[in-house]
Amino acid sequence: MDIKTIGKVQGLGLAVLTRFASSDLPDRLNVRQAIEKLLYQGSKTGFKMVATVSRTFAPAPKADGAARLTQPKKDGVFDLSLTDEQQMVRDNLSRFAREMLRPAAHAADEAHQTPADILAQAEELGLMYYAVPEAFGGMATENNIVTQMLALEDLGYGDFSMAAALFASTSVANVLTRYGSAEQQAKYLPAFMQSPALQAALACTEPTALFNPQQLATTARQSGDQYVITGEKTLVIRGQHAELFVVSAMLDGKPSLFIVEGGAAGLSVAAEPAMGLKAAETARLKLDQVSVPAANRIDANYQEFLDLGALAFCAIAVGTAKAVLDYVVPYVNDRVAFGEPISHRQGVAFMVADIAIELDAMQMMTWRACALAEAGKPFHREAHLARILCSEKAMKIGTDSVQLLGGHGFTKEHPVERWYRDLRCLAVTHSSLSL
Amino acid sequence: MNLENPKKFAMLVEQAHQVAENVLRPISRKYDKAEHAKPVELDMLASLLDGMNEGSGESVGASSTGSGTTASGSGIKNGSNMSAALGIMEMCWGDVGLLLAMPRQGLGNAAIAAVANEEQLKRFKGKWAAMAITEPGTGSDSANIRTTAVKDGDHYVLNGEKIYVTSGQRADCVVVWATLDRSVGRAAIKSFVVEHGTPGMDVTRLEHKLGIKASDTAAITFTDCRVPAENLLGTPEIDVQKGFAGVMQTFDNTRPLVAAMAVGVAKASLDRTRELLKGHLSSNYAHLPQNASHIEATLDRLEAEWEAARLLTLKAAWMADNKQPNSKEASIAKAKAGRVANEVTLKCVELCGAVGYAETELLEKWARDSKILDIFEGTQQIQLLIVARRLLGKSSSELK
Repeated sequence: MDIKTIGKVQGLGLAVLTRFASSDLPDRLNVRQAIEKLLYQGSKTGFKMVATVSRTFAPAPKADGAARLTQPKKDGVFDLSLTDEQQMVRDNLSRFAREMLRPAAHAADEAHQTPADILAQAEELGLMYYAVPEAFGGMATENNIVTQMLALEDLGYGDFSMAAALFASTSVANVLTRYGSAEQQAKYLPAFMQSPALQAALACTEPTALFNPQQLATTARQSGDQYVITGEKTLVIRGQHAELFVVSAMLDGKPSLFIVEGGAAGLSVAAEPAMGLKAAETARLKLDQVSVPAANRIDANYQEFLDLGALAFCAIAVGTAKAVLDYVVPYVNDRVAFGEPISHRQGVAFMVADIAIELDAMQMMTWRACALAEAGKPFHREAHLARILCSEKAMKIGTDSVQLLGGHGFTKEHPVERWYRDLRCLAVTHSSLSL
Repeated sequence: MNLENPKKFAMLVEQAHQVAENVLRPISRKYDKAEHAKPVELDMLASLLDGMNEGSGESVGASSTGSGTTASGSGIKNGSNMSAALGIMEMCWGDVGLLLAMPRQGLGNAAIAAVANEEQLKRFKGKWAAMAITEPGTGSDSANIRTTAVKDGDHYVLNGEKIYVTSGQRADCVVVWATLDRSVGRAAIKSFVVEHGTPGMDVTRLEHKLGIKASDTAAITFTDCRVPAENLLGTPEIDVQKGFAGVMQTFDNTRPLVAAMAVGVAKASLDRTRELLKGHLSSNYAHLPQNASHIEATLDRLEAEWEAARLLTLKAAWMADNKQPNSKEASIAKAKAGRVANEVTLKCVELCGAVGYAETELLEKWARDSKILDIFEGTQQIQLLIVARRLLGKSSSELK
């Protein structure tokens, strides 16, 4: 898709829908076959740091002010209903999640990779359009954090890891749209709408004990008209494929964000598999005196950036927790022991009820924080509390899901062990994604 | 999508908070110590609230729930269920027991609103009605009640013993659950409005309790108590389909209100604890749990749980206002809020140490008040059963 074509498309939700509806996506290649054709990379032992992927960015054209999204109007009514557009996005993505993501999830987890055709299909779904302003070939006009959050819920219902993988580049686009300077937006945002689309990743979490995102070990020091960055990052989603990074580093004692192009001297990456997020191909990123132009420093509201990162994972977790509930209910109704379904036992039934209660709790906390963020209101407290609650409850739901399936839950015969591993990540990731 | 308190209820919330702070808090300890003394200060407050309710069309009581009011442009309503929940949260930030002791805001009023016919609604308007369901041998299994009502001419003759009747002494009348025919089961259970002073109706005992001491909890016996037939709420027909369900449906609307009580008292504990521990906490939630002191991480976690309980309560109320069936969500709200309030209030005593434990602060009182909220109007375990049966598609005979 070239920018000219994109520019012609009319309304945001309708255009994306039309595209999806008229494509032959549902009739395409059987997903399993496609995966088998992919190169199997296997799990790497030890860290073999290699150069990152690079892409050339056209020199920045003259730009006026940075493009920012406007605040949608809210009318002061407590309202849990979705707009028609949000419902349409939800309908599309949940279909994609059920029909494409879930069937591919087990193999993707085993292969430590999201299949290329799923990435391609997700691109067609057009989440990126929500992250990139109209001026750069996207369709975003208003702040649409809630819509993106709902999208993540739906993708998370299909598979947690692949949802994360599919949102990595969009995360970077979100950051540039929200905080990027006019020059940065003009230089990098168009690439997200190109074909093939720019692969990007956030690199914030560090592999240190008691990691504190306010006191990073990664440093940036000014050197002439450059910043020189040194440090190590972990849980970088699809880091080995990324051509562009946004890296957090301490500058003059304060955390700051920097755009780092792939292929930069001193930049190296290696796979770093984790307990979960397997299909998200988590990577270690090393910066050894990497120079970036001064213009690549992003003037961001850092706490807000951290909060939007937390909420992205909360949203995926809500979707995955719903997947857990929908999976365990029929299981415990079918499984018979002592002459009747185990769902007749209070111990089992109460565990199921608690999953539903805490899932609802997670959802309301995430919805509230995102709705506030979208309205341009302060939301740090709400995001902070949502992160705390979701981290704890998501893991409880994950561990209870294995418990309910007993020994069968412990094997890879069922998805619950994968959800157990994925849901643990909420407590340990810091801005590996961003709404 | 917007989960902030509705703008139009901001004044109501503020007023309720002022009442809580200026009327209820100052007399909290007084009536906690003087259990069974009638809180006379509430009569004036009740008159004030009556006036407010007449004027605004929205009220802060159980009798107002069940119907929505004004709508927004999108058709979404923030109505009386939500305003009641919000108002109750603030009042219980003040004092749960005193809210329960508020004249004319009884559970019986909710039952009357739900089941009474037009004539009864008129006749009982303005009367404070308590609700009598529980018996010494019948708690969660309310369909098993033994109090009987036998038709005799223009009256029903009631015989039985009720316990744990909130406001059972102070209310004007009591809505009594009795069975017309035990052999038929729950369909024969009806509710009767019995006014104090009716011969054969005796308040035999007022309980001494762990908490909510400002609220009178009465045991009432009915010995050949003759009740006018027109005091049977609704219809005397034994409808196997509907009968019991009618009154049980009341609980769909009152459950979120009990959840709201829990949310209110938990907030009181959180607020006071943050005040007492001020010098030891960062401002504006600056630290993630792994970077925070134990006290700060604990308080943040408690606040997160509280926030979740609050939002789930508002969700249930919102659904009721928008005519969405909310039985499951009502139970979810009550289950969550009930257990969260208990954990929060108890933990806050712990975090405040001896200061939290002494009677100098109200923290220990709130920890005592909170317990009942996870018990009455359907215990935690009953709520979980309701939710589980709904999720699993099980009847009460399959999932016990």
